[in-house]
Amino acid sequence: MSLYYLQKLLYQLNREPELQQAFFADRDQVLAKYKLDAEELAAVKKPDIGMLYILGVNGQILMHYAAMCGYAWPEYIQAMRDALAEHGNVRAGLYVTTDGKGAI
Amino acid sequence: MSLVFAGVCSHGPGITGRKAMADSDDVSSLYAAMDGMRQAIEASRPDALVVIAAEHFANFFMNNMPAYCIGMGEEYEGPIEDPAWLGIPRTQVPGAPDLSRRLIEHTLQEVDVAYAQEWKFDHGIMVPLHFLTPRYDLPIIPVNINCQGPPITPLHRAWAFGQALRRACDAVPERIALVGTGGISHWPATPDSGKINEAWDRDFLERWARNDRERLLEYTDEQTYFEAGQGGFEIRTFIAVSGATEGCSATVHYYRPIPIFAVGCTVGIVNLAGQS
Repeated sequence: MSLYYLQKLLYQLNREPELQQAFFADRDQVLAKYKLDAEELAAVKKPDIGMLYILGVNGQILMHYAAMCGYAWPEYIQAMRDALAEHGNVRAGLYVTTDGKGAI
Repeated sequence: MSLVFAGVCSHGPGITGRKAMADSDDVSSLYAAMDGMRQAIEASRPDALVVIAAEHFANFFMNNMPAYCIGMGEEYEGPIEDPAWLGIPRTQVPGAPDLSRRLIEHTLQEVDVAYAQEWKFDHGIMVPLHFLTPRYDLPIIPVNINCQGPPITPLHRAWAFGQALRRACDAVPERIALVGTGGISHWPATPDSGKINEAWDRDFLERWARNDRERLLEYTDEQTYFEAGQGGFEIRTFIAVSGATEGCSATVHYYRPIPIFAVGCTVGIVNLAGQS
């Protein structure tokens, strides 16, 4: 589990257009620079936005990666809800205790 | 001079980015309230606008997270997000580095703050500016309180920071407007996005409008997280404004829970005329 580096990767992708270009041209080359485990690597590469939420990525970071990957807002919210139903609660980070039920 | 204006407002990215998905009356009433705030700021003839924000991992990350930071740049760029996603074109925003430096020097007499000569504005500042300085012709001094990545500053320190910033404003000749921007209860960017605890919000705003220091500082983070979500940590921006305007009541001009904007949208203005 390396939530810090997982979030750092997405934080840097969000704020560095050159890194974004490099990432989408060759994901493995960029990912090699971060200490991610197999589950994290798979979730980033797929991308599995819901699983990234379960792994503990802060939504303020995750929502931009989701948009970068073409998720519309309702799809982003639904991906997290689906993942909660499939995988259970968030495993680490700020949202460990969230009920995940939502209001809309 | 000192403060010529102080207020608070919301900054949720949905306010501009998901406008088309919202009820038209929600949009028009909120936009009108924000425009009223713009007019009040312009009527106060400020030389600069200090924005106390709670940025969302645009500039600051857990590798080196300041509890408080004040911008000292010549100019800033925003939004850092995809402009189409946020509904705000990317632009340059003028800074006021000399004024920033003096405010930082004075604030440091009481509170340890970081400073930054580079700062990319995210929705936390760009959404307010979109409404309050739509021509981007007023120098901006960004201020950040870490409300996102715990451990976060205690509420009483946010109040003390506001007091220190106020004394800094009192020590310079410029006319300064101050806006705090944050959510009240909200669960932004999570599966709970759209959940709003209206009763909690209205109780908080009543405390804020009375500048009730004791009741504003009595929340615990555990209580806030449970009742108001992680977005509730952003009450620090409102509390800093209260610290900066100690003794002044305020008026909440607009409050409406708007789930598609993921927050109880708020516009409040401090009654500075009554200050001692």
